[in-house]
Amino acid sequence: MSKIHVSTQVNGDQVEFLCEPEETLLDVLRDHLNLTGAKEGCGTGDCGACSVTIDGRLVAACLVLGAEVEGSAVETVEGIGAPDALHPLQRQILQHAALQCGICTPGIIVAAKALLAQNPDPSEQEVRYWLAGNLCRCTGYDKIIRAVLAAAGEMRGENP
Amino acid sequence: MSKQEFKILGTRPIRPDGLDKVTGKAMFGADKSATGMLHARILRSPHAHAEIISIDTSKAKALPGVKAVITGADFDDVENRWTRYTMQNCMAQGRALYDGHAIAAVAATSKKIAGAALKLIEVEYKILPHVTDVDEAMQPGAPLLHEGVKARKLGDDVSGNTVGYYSFGHGDVDAGFAKADEVIERRFKTAATHQGYIEPQACLADLGADGRGALWCTTQGHYMVRETCAEILGIDASQLRVTASEIGGGFGGKTTVFIEPVALKLSQKSGRPVKLVMSREEVFRATGPTMSASMDVKIGMGKDGKITAGHARLRYQGGAFPYNMVMMGAMSAFACYDLENVQSEGWDVMTNRPKMISYRAPGAPMAVYGVESVIDELCQKLGLDPIEVRLLNAAKEGTKSSYGPRFKAIGLVEALKAAKAHPHYSAPLPANTGRGVACGFWFNFGGQVSVSMAINTDGTVNLIEGNPDIGGSRASISMMAAEALGIPFERIRTIVGDTASVGFSDVTDGSRVTFAVGIATINAAKAAIRELCKRAAMIWEIDEDAVEWVDGTARPTGHNAGDFPPMSLAEIAATSGKTGGPIAGHHEGAPDKAGVSFGVHLVDLEVDPETGFTSIKRYTAFQDVGKAIHPAYVEGQIQGGAVQGIGWALNEEYIYGADGRLQNPGFLDYRIPVASDLPMIDAVIIEVPNPGHPYGVRGCGETAIVPPLAAVANGVAQAVGVRLFELPMSPPKILKAL
Amino acid sequence: MRYVVAKDSREVVDLLMEDKANLLLAGGTDVLVRMRLDERYPDRIIDIKKIPGVAEITEESGGFRIGAAVSGAQMGEHSQLKALWPGVVEAVELIGSTQVQGRATMAGNLCNGSPAADSVPAMLAAQAVARVEGPEGVSDQPVLALLDAPGQTKLGKAEFITSIFLPARPNLAGDAYLRFIPRTEMDIAVASAGVSLVLDEAGIVIEASVALGAVAPTAVMVSGAAQALIGTRLEAAPLQACAAACAAACSPIDDKRGTIEFRTKVAGVMACRAAITAYQRAGGQP
Repeated sequence: MSKIHVSTQVNGDQVEFLCEPEETLLDVLRDHLNLTGAKEGCGTGDCGACSVTIDGRLVAACLVLGAEVEGSAVETVEGIGAPDALHPLQRQILQHAALQCGICTPGIIVAAKALLAQNPDPSEQEVRYWLAGNLCRCTGYDKIIRAVLAAAGEMRGENP
Repeated sequence: MSKQEFKILGTRPIRPDGLDKVTGKAMFGADKSATGMLHARILRSPHAHAEIISIDTSKAKALPGVKAVITGADFDDVENRWTRYTMQNCMAQGRALYDGHAIAAVAATSKKIAGAALKLIEVEYKILPHVTDVDEAMQPGAPLLHEGVKARKLGDDVSGNTVGYYSFGHGDVDAGFAKADEVIERRFKTAATHQGYIEPQACLADLGADGRGALWCTTQGHYMVRETCAEILGIDASQLRVTASEIGGGFGGKTTVFIEPVALKLSQKSGRPVKLVMSREEVFRATGPTMSASMDVKIGMGKDGKITAGHARLRYQGGAFPYNMVMMGAMSAFACYDLENVQSEGWDVMTNRPKMISYRAPGAPMAVYGVESVIDELCQKLGLDPIEVRLLNAAKEGTKSSYGPRFKAIGLVEALKAAKAHPHYSAPLPANTGRGVACGFWFNFGGQVSVSMAINTDGTVNLIEGNPDIGGSRASISMMAAEALGIPFERIRTIVGDTASVGFSDVTDGSRVTFAVGIATINAAKAAIRELCKRAAMIWEIDEDAVEWVDGTARPTGHNAGDFPPMSLAEIAATSGKTGGPIAGHHEGAPDKAGVSFGVHLVDLEVDPETGFTSIKRYTAFQDVGKAIHPAYVEGQIQGGAVQGIGWALNEEYIYGADGRLQNPGFLDYRIPVASDLPMIDAVIIEVPNPGHPYGVRGCGETAIVPPLAAVANGVAQAVGVRLFELPMSPPKILKAL
Repeated sequence: MRYVVAKDSREVVDLLMEDKANLLLAGGTDVLVRMRLDERYPDRIIDIKKIPGVAEITEESGGFRIGAAVSGAQMGEHSQLKALWPGVVEAVELIGSTQVQGRATMAGNLCNGSPAADSVPAMLAAQAVARVEGPEGVSDQPVLALLDAPGQTKLGKAEFITSIFLPARPNLAGDAYLRFIPRTEMDIAVASAGVSLVLDEAGIVIEASVALGAVAPTAVMVSGAAQALIGTRLEAAPLQACAAACAAACSPIDDKRGTIEFRTKVAGVMACRAAITAYQRAGGQP
């Protein structure tokens, strides 16, 4: 039993870590890199709370081995928005009160950002299907969907 | 109560904890670690009911990295029987009572070693007969969960699993049925559903041999956690400092302890901090779902739509330990209506399932589902408009409720009228589509509360309260403090204090926080204002009584009026060091005039006649909330409750096999609604002020889960012309009925 | 457990030949879930994603070769593939969430051996062919020939799939996949159907294949259902016959996801609806 040395990029920073072969990317982020923004809601890819991107591709961090991200670029919620300027998704989620407990919020932001990167003008249905794997038990999704649509509009330069 | 004018209440500011929650900084239960920390895991019973003959932990203890192993034998008995049940639910003693019941626990230097150690624990079980269905569990001769706990008033016709019996009502129901033009009686069944919070239970415990400790956990009530754990561990409450993490959803499911006493015991034994995080599978198998129900509902109605009598018999199962929640169902069943003759009875029953815990308006949704379904069927049969009939029978101010007290000012009639006038109610319906209507009710609670408010010398305010913020309450509390003090919202910072920093507060439940903490906040502000006025009087050298507080400033009044320019809170606070020291206000109390709340829901849904698939097309929820402090979060409560109810109606259920094991302990097969299942949920806020709150607030969190079960069932009945009497109305059941 | 990144197929076969408990990792969306839920780990997990070509979609003889590590998202973004085999792509895209799509592969879906695997009925209808590498070298095997039983395939010792080939299509051809789930997303198919059709100029079906999922121990081809559609323009009677043939081909189980009765009825409904979509995609107007 030996640990694996992994060199990768997380939120733009070059990082190195040692992990057990069975540890997931989510374990690595939370337990080794102190990035607890991605949450474990299920550990089986059913809830989306651990959403991150690897080389721009949206994935569930609980379904990726830590060892697999060698040489990749990982982005988590901690890498979204600047200290003095939130990402439009973050700002619209706050303005729309699109969170109650907030546990699903990091995953929703990461997932919605990935959507808007490939589809800047999604319909309500497109947002709903894209986010179907991000479970929220508090809001009934209404305000989340509105916030994502508003952020998309803002990013397209439309007036709110 | 006349409508008040407010400056801050009713606006929609950004919540104070918002930034941390959109940047990933907010610390939830599993997000905290400590140096030297161990990881704990729990071994769980694979059997629905078994005697634990022996547990051999020697191999697990011998595994390198394992620092402590505990079983039920490590917990001493406690005096209070309800605490004992909680303890025995956290760790079985003698018998495993359900699939998933905790048998032993391990703390080790890594999660991996803890997991490996679990496999080395050898448990010898003697399998016992089990029962998971409520009607079977009530039968005499059913496998018995506990001896000697049968409700006293019950006879030999029911088994010893029947631990509670309640009856409410008035009038003569038989006479009422005799007067009816139409009487319908139906038997209903509803499945157990889980709160489904996305954050599993998690804690970080540190308890020394001296009985002093600290506990970080995700909970709806850290004082409850402190007191329960202190009792179970035999330590002083004062010595256990409990901090509530940010909480990732609860809906009632985090109003008790499941893992905290285990983590504390492991910490005490190992001398190290211990982190214990449940997996999703453990959450489903071992934390409380709500009750499943079997019910008989009989209602009589005149041709004019007047209900002449109503009778409900509710049998709830609440899992492996005594509980008393059917009472809420029996009280809620007919609460929406002003009835001459009404009776509701309820039986609490134990089964080999996880111990129930509250789920949003606990006990009410299923009872109201039965009643609202029968009313709908009567309306169909008599050709009456379902809203008109409900208006004709609606409870109003002065109505003697079906559970006893007379209602004060309430808003059911207003909600029904708003529903009737809404464009949704008159919109055309396409083929295979039905429109369901249903009402719902919840009591709302007050309870014990403590608030401490400090006025800072820069004119800002710190407020400490003791109720975990589960859906934005720090925002609403800051708003009420700002309104009461007359200062901007941004100048207040509200935090949820740990158990060592502010007085006792009841659990965040019963939709009580904005109501009860609100009252305490307003009273704390009043106390601070008294002191602020006193300081102004001192500065002006006038009588204390000659100062009044207007728009955030002290002003001379009476014969001193106009003598001095008004002094702001900031100005008075700035010199507080010279006028007698820090200025603060606090309030401790137990407000009890929470004010009941009613809702009316409208749903349009389409049923696919070839597959039985139900698709929600349009949803509008009307609810009396008294006064919406932060309307966006009030809408959120209504929307979230409605969607949980939709899930309950259509797809959510605990599925047990013949072996008594839970078959769907995961989000894959325990199907909560996903974003693509739903349309927008239109929340319409009705404001009939609660006379029991200075700003008119009623609780708003729970009522919204009560109407949807029947609203959806009534919609399905309209859409396909066949009525189902069992929830969830999953596609196979609907297709079979067609 | 050890984690090994294979450089080429030969290395995978050599590793698989050793007497160890191995698991192959491509997208990992089944493998990691199983390891997590069972808490059982193999001796070795072999990551095949770095094998040259295995993560690529390449055009070949008018069809497309889909590498074993190509994700559902990659397939969905490939417009020519989607135009040629829309039914197969939509089947793959139904597996799990968007997050799962970022990783899940069609080959993995096949190898997982689930009777309810979404891509398998679509692949059967498309007459997809898997390229298998093993101790004896490379061979091409129809997907149908690899189906065995719940949780297993007919792949031999040290054999693994490196790609799946979707053949060229004539004009006036279309395919479609439909599944029934209790929600709109995030569920396992309760009954599903893949249909592929070829029409003549008059809009008459001249070739058809119909496959069902989740109604038998493996996905099944229903030749009776296909026969019912051939020579028709999908009028009511042939569709009815198609549904009846589907029902007759079902041997499902009762479980937490659906009943025998429900699955049997709904399989035919899915097949008929998928047939109509495939027909429209082929240019027909029902």
